[in-house]
Formats: sequence, structure tokens, C-alpha cells
Amino acid sequence: MSTMTFGRAINAGMRRAMENDPKVILMGEDIGKLGGVFRITEGLQKDFGEHRVLDTPLAESAIMGTAVGMAYRGYRPVVEIQFDGFIYPAFDQIVCQVAKLHYRTQGAVKMPITIRVPFGGGIGSPEHHSESPEAYFTHTSGLRVVSVSNPQDAYTMIQQAIACDDPVLYFEPKRRYHVKGEVDESIELAASSMEDAHVVAEGDEVTLVTYGPLVPTARDAAIAASDEGISVEVIDLRSLAPIDFATIEASVRKTGRLVITHEAAQSGGLGAEIAASITERCFNYLEHAPVRVTGFDIPYPYSKLEFHHLPDLDRILDGVDRVMGRTNSLSGIER
Amino acid sequence: MIRWRVGALNEGCVIVPLNDTASAGENSLIQLLTPSGVRQSSGDYDRWVADVDGPALQALYEDMVVVRRIDAEATALQRQGELALWPPLLGQEAAQIGSGRALREDDFVFSSYRENAVAYCRGVDFTDILRVWRGNASSGWDPFSINMATPQVIIGAQTLHATGYAMGIQNDGADSVAVTYFGDGATSQGDVNEAMVFAASYQAPVIFFCQNNHWAISEPVGLQAHVPIANRAPGFGIPSVRVDGNDVLACLAVTREALDRARTGGGPSFIEAVTYRMGPHTTADDPTKYRDANELEDWAAKDPIARLSVLLDSLGLLTPDFLAAVNTKANDVAARLRAGCIEMPEPAPMDVFKHVYSTPNSWLDRQQENYGRYLASFDSEPVGSESQKSSGTATEGSL
Ligand SMILES: Cc1ncc(C[n+]2csc(CCOP(=O)(O)OP(=O)(O)O)c2C)c(N)n1
Ligand SMILES: [Mg+2]
Repeated sequence: MSTMTFGRAINAGMRRAMENDPKVILMGEDIGKLGGVFRITEGLQKDFGEHRVLDTPLAESAIMGTAVGMAYRGYRPVVEIQFDGFIYPAFDQIVCQVAKLHYRTQGAVKMPITIRVPFGGGIGSPEHHSESPEAYFTHTSGLRVVSVSNPQDAYTMIQQAIACDDPVLYFEPKRRYHVKGEVDESIELAASSMEDAHVVAEGDEVTLVTYGPLVPTARDAAIAASDEGISVEVIDLRSLAPIDFATIEASVRKTGRLVITHEAAQSGGLGAEIAASITERCFNYLEHAPVRVTGFDIPYPYSKLEFHHLPDLDRILDGVDRVMGRTNSLSGIER
Repeated sequence: MIRWRVGALNEGCVIVPLNDTASAGENSLIQLLTPSGVRQSSGDYDRWVADVDGPALQALYEDMVVVRRIDAEATALQRQGELALWPPLLGQEAAQIGSGRALREDDFVFSSYRENAVAYCRGVDFTDILRVWRGNASSGWDPFSINMATPQVIIGAQTLHATGYAMGIQNDGADSVAVTYFGDGATSQGDVNEAMVFAASYQAPVIFFCQNNHWAISEPVGLQAHVPIANRAPGFGIPSVRVDGNDVLACLAVTREALDRARTGGGPSFIEAVTYRMGPHTTADDPTKYRDANELEDWAAKDPIARLSVLLDSLGLLTPDFLAAVNTKANDVAARLRAGCIEMPEPAPMDVFKHVYSTPNSWLDRQQENYGRYLASFDSEPVGSESQKSSGTATEGSL
């Protein structure tokens, strides 16, 4: 066991993957000498060389397209997208090529590409630096999508993503990069699956589902709720595509109430998918309609207003009050 | 002097020798004012600045001193926590003032985030250039008020916008010009290359003004290009020049030439202004991690303001009175910038819902109404953490 920051844990996981498999290469902007703008790849070019850690020209579509070519050639590219908002030039390559090649070639060509994306808000950045674009990718068949919430998962799941023969979008909550936690580096990758959701706090009245940056916030909300006598179970999804509905369902059968929270906009988001799927699976167990506590349907706002957009403890508790039928901000109106 | 003219102009295409790499020195540059401040001729470019007399030279000097001061003040405001982030233009004053002062009011600029000196030339309100960096607004000004789009953060995207705008100018039969600014790193983006394809195809009146400041965050220009960036444009059928970007006169001359070409139906032009980013990429960056201090020294010796002051001095124009007047102006602008920053009104919470659509939207209306009720619920209940809601000035960020 050692204590490390979230960012360091990703770095250590990539290092281990590179040591274990010479076909693992890293590609991205400023990831070499600088170690990335968040320093997640710090020291890796120095230790593995410029042929394994490639500072690429400034062109995301080209990074992704050449990663596809590298994968054809038997490599396992790990691509860093500098910020969430800069993934869109690569969108065409991801959706039309990375996601579909295995299907198109009837399994002949594998795309073991990992796409690392620092995502989410809360760091006071300008436009394009705080987005949560995960739903574009969960909506795209052929991609696996995960989001990590703590250093141990960051360490383990980056290796599982790299080892996976399918393409994996790996969303890193950038505002938690500096959070420290215990990491067991001797962990067996096969001992866990990156597709499993984890119950991170147990409770029996409300199921609170989230992922990535809001997991710590949701845990805090559960503690605050327990002070008011409400028992909240918190589920960290970890995998966003596919979603481990069995774990959520088991929880909701127990609690009868579901709240989903994410930073991404509400409409067409993951919360909608979870609410619909759980309603289909265990409608008869629900005491109240599922409630979503999410970012608004707006472009990510300028930083002075970002904490209005981002779900926080109070907004989550308001959602908990709603499913509990307690006084809440929408009391008295039919919403 | 190296100059390329191809396509419609039907002249031979001069290609810079291959050993002249993307970061190569001055020998292939258009230069009218040497780093040591000596006025020299460079081909037929003198005629483009024949009207630049003593007072005009003094005005260019004043501009460069003032924008450097704006830049320094903004950097200081960031260090003091008043701005979340700032992208300095230190070292690039000549490229931006020389080109910016060549433009007509009805020309239209599409820039990146670093062209605050161009915005100054367009007559921007000083406070407006800070709004975004303080986190108080999604953009600083109305693009149509100064004929300059607000800064583009998606690298290279603005080059397409400029090209489309130029296609519009062309359709209208007008003689104004669209000018787009971007960096050396941006030239790797598909958007920039596609913009050149369109500009050449339609012979659109657009100028591609690339400031090669040698760095794209931590990546040296040699990673983006193995030959001078200006060499690429002729391949698209666009004439290009490579100019000393620290020479304000030469930048003025080449921009005027390109503007004239565009206004008279000669189509697009590409200008590579070879300059240097003397500061960090942004205030969030630490260049000591990736670049050699010697490089800075070399470029300090080519400073755009210092060389013009030598010229002015040799002409007897660098008088104490003049210097005092410039200093007063710079101080005044800096004070207004600071005051404008600190006194900027805070946005209201419900402003997050503004301007997403130009017409009412039922999804958003509902969310706005709900959030209004949510905020109001804190008035009646003692619980809640309103304090957490006002974030104050953010402290982190990057571009
Ligand atoms: C599409 C996109 N990818 C990545 C970035 C992150 N980024 C911001 S500035 C920059 C470097 C730009 O270099 P250059 O074009 O030379 O302009 P300079 O900053 O030197 O003025 C990068 C990679 C971005 N803003 N947009
Ligand atoms: Mg640059």
C-alpha cells in the first residue's frame, strides 16, 4: 500500500502497463518533456523514450487517426486528450473508425485504444476546459466508457482499460487530481472488473448513483442526510458503458428510491438512461419517480457561475428530499 | 528576401532550401528594421511604408509600449488573484501592432486568445479584454462593435470563420478583408489546412496571419513543421511571405501588401511572422520545464520595442518629452485596465441561463424556473450553504 494522488496513480498505472507490454505507447499534446498540462505523464518520456511517449503535432483528429493506424500495426495506443473540450476534432475518428472497425472487419481488426480525457469542471477554467462529454460516447456503440473516482480505481482501471481489446474512453475528474488515497499496487487486474459498479456507502432509504468527480460529493451528501435521519446508499458507477444495472437494481429494490447526479447536462444524459432502465427493471419497487440532479442544459458557464451549474451537496440533498417526499424546493408544484 | 507567388500570379514558386528549418534565423526574412535598429531596404517593401514618417514611427512605438504595459498589468492582476488566467503576448508586440495598424475599420479580424494587441488596434474597451479571464463573462465584447470576433480557444477554428466571412465579402462585392490570426501550433490542425483549400478555391479576400512564436505550449515549432511554415501556403495556391515578426515596419508592410492584393481581387495571402513567445504559454504554465534560458536571451536581443527606440533615437525623435508622454499614456491605460477589472460587476446567479438560445426554449425555461425556486428556498430555510455558491476568482486553469 502506498499513498498517492489521483494523478500519480494514473501515472503509476500507465508506467506498469508500459513495463508489462512493449506495445503500449502514449500519444498526445505536451505529454513528453512537460509531462502533460496536468503532469499525468510526468517522467514517462524520460524513462521510456520518445518512441513510446510521443509528443504529437497539435491536431486531435490526426492523433486519433494515427492511433488507429498504430492499432492496426499491433500497438496499444494510450491517447491523452488535453482537455474534454478538445476531443471534438477527434470525434469523427472515434465514432466512425475507432468504434466501428472491429464490427466492420467482422472481428479481424481490434482497436485496443485507450482515450484518456480529463473532464468536468470546478477548476475555474475558461471555455472548453470543463466539459462533461461522456454521453456522446456512451451513445456510440463499439466504445467502452469508464470514469474513475479515487486513486485505487484510477491505478487499476487505467491498466484494465489498456489491457482491454476494445477501445475505452477513460474519463478522469480533473478537479480531483490532487486528492490523495491509498493504492495497493500489488493488486491483480483479473481480480476485479472495470465494468462493476461499487456501493461506496450503504443505506436503505435512497439509492444515490453517480460517477467520477461527484462521488466524493455524493458521499458527503449521504453523511449529511444521515444527520437528518435519512439513510442513503451511494453507488459509484465506474463503468458508464456498459452500466452495471444489476448493482443499481439490487439497491433500488431495497431502497425504493433513486437519485442520479452528474455534472453533464440533463437532457439526453446518462441520468435519463439510468432512470429509464431502472424504471423498466423494477417499477414496482419504486416509491417515487427517479430524480436527476445534474448540470443545466447550457454550455458550461464562465467560472464565476460554475458552482451554480455544478450539482453540489445542497442540490443533491434537495433531490434526496424530493424522493423522500420531504419539503423541497419544488414542494407544492407538480414537477 | 524570399517571397512566393503562385497560381493566378503565374510566377515561379521559390522554395526555401530544406536546411532552412521551421525555426531558422533571419536570412530569409523580410526585414526593414534590423535588431540593432538600423533601417534597411527589403525588396520592394519600402513602398508599402513610404508614408511612415517620424510621427507615425512614434505612434507605432507608443502602441507597442502601451500594449506591453497592458500585458504586464494583466499578468500582475492574475498573480494577485484578480484574473483566473492570462495568455501573455510579451515579445509579439510588433507582429500584432504592425499588422493590426494596417487594417481598415471595415476589415474583420478572427483571432486566437493571444491577440490582445490587435484588439487594442481595433479600439477595444480595455475592460472588455479581461472579462473572460476574470471568469465574469463568456466573451468580452460584441464582435460587430469593433469588427473583431472574440478570441477563439479551439485551435485553428477561426481560420475557417475568416475564410467564410471573406467569401461573404466577395459575394457582396465589397473590398474589405477578413484577417485571421493563429499560431505555429495551429498550422497542424486540419481546420487551418482546410481553410487554405477553401480560400484558394474561391480566391477569397482573406489573410492568414501566422505568428510563429516558436512554441505551442511545450512543443517547439520543429515538431509541427520541418520547413518554414510559410512554405506550405504555396502548395495550396496561396502566395506567402516570411517576415521578421519583431519588426513592426516589416509587419506593417507585408500586411498592407496582402490587404491590397485581397482588395483588388488577388485572393488570399499567407504571412508567417517569425517572433518569439517571451513569457509562459499562459500564467498557468512553467516554461522552465521545457525550454532553454539561452533561447530567451537570444530573442531578448531582437526585442521589437528596443530596436524601434534605437531608430527613433537616431532620428532625434526619442525626446524626453515624447518618452514622458508615452509613459503617461501607458500608466493611464494600465490604471484604467486595473480599475475596470476590479470594479467589474459580478454576474447574477440566474445569468447562467442567458443567451443559450435566441428564442424561448421549453427545456431550459423549466430548469431555470426550478433553479429559481431552489435558490429562493434558501431564503425561507436556515440550512444551506450560499457561501459555497459564490466561487470568488478561480485560481487554476489552462488553455
Ligand atoms: C483543439 C484544441 N486542442 C488543444 C488545445 C490546447 N491548447 C491551447 S493553446 C495550445 C498551443 C497553441 O500553440 P500555437 O498555435 O503555436 O499558439 P500560441 O499559443 O503559441 O500563440 C494548445 C495545445 C486547444 N485550445 N484547442
Ligand atoms: Mg506558438
